[in-house]
Amino acid sequence: MLYFSRWKIYLILATCIAGFILMLPNFMGRDTLAALPSWYANTRVSLGLDLRGGSHLLLEVDMATVIRDRVEGLVDGARQQLRTANVGYTALNAGERAVTVQLRDPAQAEEAVKALRQLSSPVGRTALGGGQPDLDVTVNGGTVTVALSEVALRDRATQAIEQSIEIVRRRIDETGVNEPTIARQGNDRILVQLPGVEDPDRIKRLLGTTAKMTFRLVDVNADPSSGRAPPGSEILPSTEGDRYQSKYVIRKKVEVDGATLQNASAGTNPQTGEWVVNFEFNTAGANRFAEVTKQNVGRPFAIVLDNKVISAPVIREPITGGRGQISGNFTAANANDLAVLLRAGALPAPLKVIEERTVGPDLGADSIRAGLTAVVVGFVMVCVYMIASYGLFGAFACSALFVNLVLTLAALSLLHATLTLPGIAGVLLSLGLAVDANILINERIREETKKGRGVFASMEAGFSRAYSTIVDSNLTTAIKMALLFVFGTGTIKGFAVTITFGILISMFTATVLVRLMMVTWLRRTRPAVLPV
Amino acid sequence: MFHLRLVPDNTKIPFMNGRIAGLVVSAILSIASIVLFFHPGLNYGIDFRGGIVIEARTPQAADFASLRHTLSGLGMGQVALQEFGSPQDVLIRLERQPGDDAAQQAAADKVRNTLAQSIPGTQVRRVEAVGASVSGELFANGMLALGLAMLAMLVYIWFRFEWQFGFGAVVTLILDITKIVGFYAITDIQFNLTAVAAILTVMGYSVNDKVVVYDRMRENLRIYKKMPLRDLIDMSINETLNRTVGTSVCTLLSIIPLALFGGEALQDFGIVLIFGVILATSSSVFIAAPILLFLGENRLRRGSPDAASAGNTPATTP
Repeated sequence: MLYFSRWKIYLILATCIAGFILMLPNFMGRDTLAALPSWYANTRVSLGLDLRGGSHLLLEVDMATVIRDRVEGLVDGARQQLRTANVGYTALNAGERAVTVQLRDPAQAEEAVKALRQLSSPVGRTALGGGQPDLDVTVNGGTVTVALSEVALRDRATQAIEQSIEIVRRRIDETGVNEPTIARQGNDRILVQLPGVEDPDRIKRLLGTTAKMTFRLVDVNADPSSGRAPPGSEILPSTEGDRYQSKYVIRKKVEVDGATLQNASAGTNPQTGEWVVNFEFNTAGANRFAEVTKQNVGRPFAIVLDNKVISAPVIREPITGGRGQISGNFTAANANDLAVLLRAGALPAPLKVIEERTVGPDLGADSIRAGLTAVVVGFVMVCVYMIASYGLFGAFACSALFVNLVLTLAALSLLHATLTLPGIAGVLLSLGLAVDANILINERIREETKKGRGVFASMEAGFSRAYSTIVDSNLTTAIKMALLFVFGTGTIKGFAVTITFGILISMFTATVLVRLMMVTWLRRTRPAVLPV
Repeated sequence: MFHLRLVPDNTKIPFMNGRIAGLVVSAILSIASIVLFFHPGLNYGIDFRGGIVIEARTPQAADFASLRHTLSGLGMGQVALQEFGSPQDVLIRLERQPGDDAAQQAAADKVRNTLAQSIPGTQVRRVEAVGASVSGELFANGMLALGLAMLAMLVYIWFRFEWQFGFGAVVTLILDITKIVGFYAITDIQFNLTAVAAILTVMGYSVNDKVVVYDRMRENLRIYKKMPLRDLIDMSINETLNRTVGTSVCTLLSIIPLALFGGEALQDFGIVLIFGVILATSSSVFIAAPILLFLGENRLRRGSPDAASAGNTPATTP
């Protein structure tokens, strides 16, 4: 164990030097970094939100709404299919995830099934083809049930979350936050990390709005204060911005869908100076809008956002240019927000913020300072103890400990790992655990020396005996940290990462590097007794 | 050359004389901890209980009385205020709000706005709001991690040593963990995700320590084939005592700065680790070793006790 071949020595030194070079960008200023090649300038540890300040939001997609929307769509589809097939029914009900049809004549069951099957479309299709129908149609006497299959539900959920992530990304990009992280978590959650955002209020509001915009006709014959809407219509409240009425009776039929919007921007009305939102349809939307406005001149046309009426102006003349304006007593801020929402598109289902953790930037800076102080003090104290206890060999252990710090930082930089406040605690703790290996070795060498062995023999025995113990004890720690990494969340993961790296790297620094130092010293000075 | 030795060389402390006392004291402490766990119980943090924590810095020293009055007026249940590091820093804690997860967010925003109005210039430094579903999952995950860690340790030590060692280590670990939980109950330190990390770290340290002592026992079992197990365990502990104390001191030296300078956030973590390291070091000697002695008296070695007492010289010279 005491012989090092020349190339091995070079390799060990090269590793240390490479580690030192790789961790340097962490301490460079912005200007220096700009002058370096990007691959090198980018090998830096990224700071967690708890250290750099920012906001962490966990959003949940309301899957119940996603499924309910699909079932409601099925009801409409079933009604149409049955009418085309001339199948009479006495009742058509929407359940939680199925639609039941009560047939007037049970003999028509087969026709009904055939007609309803047409609603089905394959899901879970792969490149190889295949796929399964998304609906299970079953008959029980005079009752036909159309149920969403398990595959369909899963498929729907996946679609909804992927779509939501896309919309969330677009909305956040509009707000100009730097380097946001938007990631799927589990089946129905989205993790959003916004560095530098101190008050996520506006973003929470933006994300909490579905922004489903529709243009629908107002049912002028019904009285909104009666509390009951005629079939095919519904009573909707108006937003606070609307000065005329608090409730409207709106037809359920969507004349023009907000999905056909191409652009939206906030602006002011040149005549009144009011804030408005200007919008622009794509071709299909523009045609549809022109058609509807042509047919309904003189009638009020409601702009509905998330089941609230923003305004219901009367159509004075057909609008054929595909452009329009929404006025609803806006302020500059909420006109801008609405424009952002319309540009980014509607969410497939409402999103709920279920967890928020926000740290201000100066608290983050305080934490970094506190963490660094603790690391420096810890390092010095451990070194003082080691040198006091083991003299020269203790000093070797300390220099190895320093290299351990450097290499840990280099490894984290290479992997672009995130350093969190618990991560700093991990670095500190691994200092104590890393010298354990040196203590084991030194104590062992001491014991062997006392047994009367020679200098080289004691050292040889000390290293080889201590080695299996070191591997054992470090592996147990690594197992723990792996579990913590898998089950822990957020900042705690950072703790597991730094401590694991610290310990794995200590296997190199505390045994290989220290051994190299001891052997070199031994060959140079040829001492008669070991200084342990 | 002078070298610091915290423990003199060649100690012959008869640790196993205190085996019964060690186990009894440990059992009493663990039982007391379990009682404390149920009553008064742990101070669960928002990670596990849900709720809202807001850290604010007021321009002057905070007026707690008026702040408490203002915030209680919001009708959001009990509001706990706490000085946090300096007289200007206030930690505001609210119970989990009735209603769904979104209710937490709404309440957090309300407090934030109220603070901005009632004490102009107040800086909100940190906001955490966790709903019931998230906190439930975090708790389940934390407990799962602890359980799996325990299992992994058992399997690992079983694999590397005889089963008596694995059993001894895991029983000791369970006793250690109950005492840490008791420590949380007594000190009223918040029990949250960081606490799970702290417990896992202490578990890691504890196993680490046991492995080193066990390793030496195993080695001595091979060398001194006839020495009575009790003497052999004592000898092994004495031989590794310098290492045990040295490593504990080094680890403590690296954690103490955490408790002193780590800022409010890391302070609790540091304090629990200090307790844990001391606990784990003593449990190696006073609990893990006696358990091994009881379990392994007749199993870990062949040959009768009579023959064993005949000689305790090395059987082989390596």
